[in-house]
Amino acid sequence: MNYEERLQSWVGRRLSEPRRGQDPVNVPMIRHWVEAMEDDNPVFLDEDAARATGRDGVVAPASMMQAWTMRGYKASVNADSAPPTGGDELVALLAEGGYTSVVATDSEFTFERELVPGDHVSVEERVESISPEKTTGLGTGRFISTIRTYRDANGEVVATQKWRTLRFRPAEKPKPKALRPRPAINPDNAFWFEAAKEHRLVIQRCADCKSLRHPPGPCCPQCGSFAWDTVESSGNGHVYSYVVNHHPRHPAFDYPLIVAVIELAEGTRLIANMTGIEPADVRIGMPVALDWIDPDPDLSLPVFRPAGPRSQT
Amino acid sequence: MRYEDVTVGQELPELAIPLTRTMIVATALAGRDYQDVHHDPDLAVQRGSKDVFMNILTSNGLVERFVTGWAGPAARVKGIKIRLGAPNYPGDTMTMTGSVSAKDDDARRVEVAVRGVNAIGPHVTGTVTIELSEGAA
Repeated sequence: MNYEERLQSWVGRRLSEPRRGQDPVNVPMIRHWVEAMEDDNPVFLDEDAARATGRDGVVAPASMMQAWTMRGYKASVNADSAPPTGGDELVALLAEGGYTSVVATDSEFTFERELVPGDHVSVEERVESISPEKTTGLGTGRFISTIRTYRDANGEVVATQKWRTLRFRPAEKPKPKALRPRPAINPDNAFWFEAAKEHRLVIQRCADCKSLRHPPGPCCPQCGSFAWDTVESSGNGHVYSYVVNHHPRHPAFDYPLIVAVIELAEGTRLIANMTGIEPADVRIGMPVALDWIDPDPDLSLPVFRPAGPRSQT
Repeated sequence: MRYEDVTVGQELPELAIPLTRTMIVATALAGRDYQDVHHDPDLAVQRGSKDVFMNILTSNGLVERFVTGWAGPAARVKGIKIRLGAPNYPGDTMTMTGSVSAKDDDARRVEVAVRGVNAIGPHVTGTVTIELSEGAA
């Protein structure tokens, strides 16, 4: 049997043996219910008022039907304590299809008579239909319709409930892309990242001997001067060296990732990613031109693409 | 309410129900519904909800209260058919409105279309059918 046939084979089947409620219909539970609901209809707690309406005495709220057959605290918090039912098997089969989430969509009760204290209700549930896969706002899933039949101690039907749930695969929420690792910005290199935010590639220059240097530092490696200013790079250069990173992967990057040492026309070198080219096409010495990326609101970085007309990748 | 006094199209008085956290937890437990999403905020969030939310038995209970509150104690509830939508979260208010959508003279039954709307949208829409037997007032 394929999956669809295995699913449809549940139609008409009983999900569990008839299950009797833990307790008969009783006034304390009715009182708890109507107080919590703030339902002041007197027929639930006041014998005289109930008789005045033509009833024999107090009755339970119709909407409590399901409450009389709930499993109770112990079975709810310790689901393994009860032997698996057909319902559990169907849930497992649905999970196999990826339908792991559930939401109830419809409940349709028909009541045959009012319940009175002393009634002991049992319930059984049969599968009425399993829909084809449908796409909903919550995700893709199947509507499972069942019929629950509620009976009193004599086996007489007191209510039926059509119950519809959607078992679905939660719609994938696009994960926010991870941020690139933050550059370690300090008073000596902050100017470089500030300029980058304005999409200007600057090079630090010694104010005394005029030699250029990168990465930024406080002191000229040529003459030892602490005085400096900057020049703006033309953005032209060539690939001095490169690696293609496949592993380990950081979630902020797309792989394979080209990490290149670019020698600028001005003579300094910097490490940057490349864009507009396949890793296999990168060559040492190839001319490149500056471009900019803004991976997130707080970060702009230079990247380099092959010089000349933009390649069609 | 006497059956004879009910007319199709008649509107029920609006009912605004404050949805407090205590009420959402208390109603779930009153129906012996111990699912954590109805009382444990941390687990509700873990399961993808923004907070605990009202259970379905309570939605049924509140539409019953809304309709029988209007129809009076003699009314007997014969059907509650609801479709569920926006969850009822603590701090919100559900406003219930309704109108008589059909009458069945032979069975002396009245069908009321109900709607409970919270800040997100319709939480519950459906019908409640009640029977107003002869002599019932």
